[in-house]
Amino acid sequence: MTQPSAEAVRATDLVVQYDGFAALSGATFTVHYGEALGIVGPNGSGKSTLLKAVAGLLVPAGGELCVLGTSPRKLPPGAIAYVPQVEAIDWTFPATVWDVVAMGRFSRLKFWQFSSAHDRDAVARAIDAVGMTPLAQRHISQLSGGQQQRVFVARAIAQEPSLLLLDEPTTGVDAKTDEALRCIVRDLVANGMPVLMTTHDLDRVGEWFDRLMVLDRTVLAYGTPDEVVQAGTYAGIREHTHTHGHLRYDK
Amino acid sequence: MGALLAPFHYDFMQRAFIAAVFVGLLCSVMGTFVILRKLSFIGDGIAHASFAGIVIAYLRGLNYNVGAAIVAVITALGIGFVHRRGKISLDTTIGVLFTGAFALGIFLMSRQQNYAVDLQSFLFGDILAVGPNDLKMIAVLSAIVALAVVVLFRSLIYTTFDPVVAQASGIRSGVTEYVLLALLALTIIVALQSVGIILVAALLVTPAAAAYQLTSRFMPMMRLSAIFGVVSTVGGLYLSYYLGSSSGATIVLLATVLFFIAMGVKQTRALLARRSGAR
Repeated sequence: MTQPSAEAVRATDLVVQYDGFAALSGATFTVHYGEALGIVGPNGSGKSTLLKAVAGLLVPAGGELCVLGTSPRKLPPGAIAYVPQVEAIDWTFPATVWDVVAMGRFSRLKFWQFSSAHDRDAVARAIDAVGMTPLAQRHISQLSGGQQQRVFVARAIAQEPSLLLLDEPTTGVDAKTDEALRCIVRDLVANGMPVLMTTHDLDRVGEWFDRLMVLDRTVLAYGTPDEVVQAGTYAGIREHTHTHGHLRYDK
Repeated sequence: MGALLAPFHYDFMQRAFIAAVFVGLLCSVMGTFVILRKLSFIGDGIAHASFAGIVIAYLRGLNYNVGAAIVAVITALGIGFVHRRGKISLDTTIGVLFTGAFALGIFLMSRQQNYAVDLQSFLFGDILAVGPNDLKMIAVLSAIVALAVVVLFRSLIYTTFDPVVAQASGIRSGVTEYVLLALLALTIIVALQSVGIILVAALLVTPAAAAYQLTSRFMPMMRLSAIFGVVSTVGGLYLSYYLGSSSGATIVLLATVLFFIAMGVKQTRALLARRSGAR
């Protein structure tokens, strides 16, 4: 590595258990600042488990995991923004788009602090970045699937994190939202943000990511998208998805 | 005007009204979290469980409220622990623990030769019996709960809405849940004397549920819930004075009426919106 100091995430022989079995083992990879790592693999390959471990939601059972220079659970509040795959939330919760995005600021505020002009500005800019400004005062139950996804990404951006984790943000969203999300991610990366993102969309990995990792309980391939595609593992996964229908990459 | 102020001629009525304001505010604010976290069952559970504490305190000659509070908090934290560690659904956990603790209370009481009549008042509550010391305890517990809610306000909202993402952002979801359960236990103890074990759950659920019918944002819901809560407790106490009815039952009935009015308003609004939309 040319810039070892600019590592945002470093995993060495990482083992993560989920419900008592090793969902992921022997995972070694690095994500630098200003770099987007794409993670692909069949269902149950440990993609979400990996993100949860980096987010500090699961504690590794083995190996080493260094996130932003320390262990995920020792990070200051607000350092990691995580957009989970399935938002198992109550859509009748009394909140507007603005209210939900504003939650992104909560981890940064002490209880005696009222939200400042900077906080409100961060919320407004995040809503604007995902193109939801006209719907800012709308109740969250009145949003389409794509709009809901944009709101959760906006909440993550409003947090102004040092690391962004996205779990299949493009699954089930319309083409317009897909492209909008890609622009947002590339924008953040251009400004130095490290991003880890899982995806089912295997067609445009070169446009999304700087590095690609193929996962199936362990790392099968890791490198630039071109390298991984040439290595053939990626083709194997594609073949696997064709025959087993685990991945939906064709619309 | 004289008739309106008549109840205030008595010290015990003054205390009852002060207690009513505390109880109404506290329950309805905590009720907002109870409704949104779908913990309606928990008020019932903790209140019944606290019965064991009351009986143990009675048998040992200790303060009932302290006994009730200790058992209520232990049960609340136990519910959180069994739920999280055992991966058992919350309603099952509450169902098991609260019936267990309630049965313990009845078991201990049934082994006594002379049944204590005043234990009855814990089942149905008697806000008119709130003494000066009770009022002090109500004020202190209310202050503790209010302070904790202010300190944890954003964590409570975020973890209620989206605990996993909140946790990833650095908010401690687990700790917040345990603290919320403990605060609920204290709130229930505060309300116990006013409305009793059987009806306490209503004060935690009904005002917030009524407010939920009328608003689609969190802060207005909490404010409206607080208004409904105080109107229910103070108004119910007033009504019970003139009707000669049980204060606890009147308070809960008034809250129920408010809920149905709120529901009616919501339905009417939806109907009007549909009509104007159809045009």
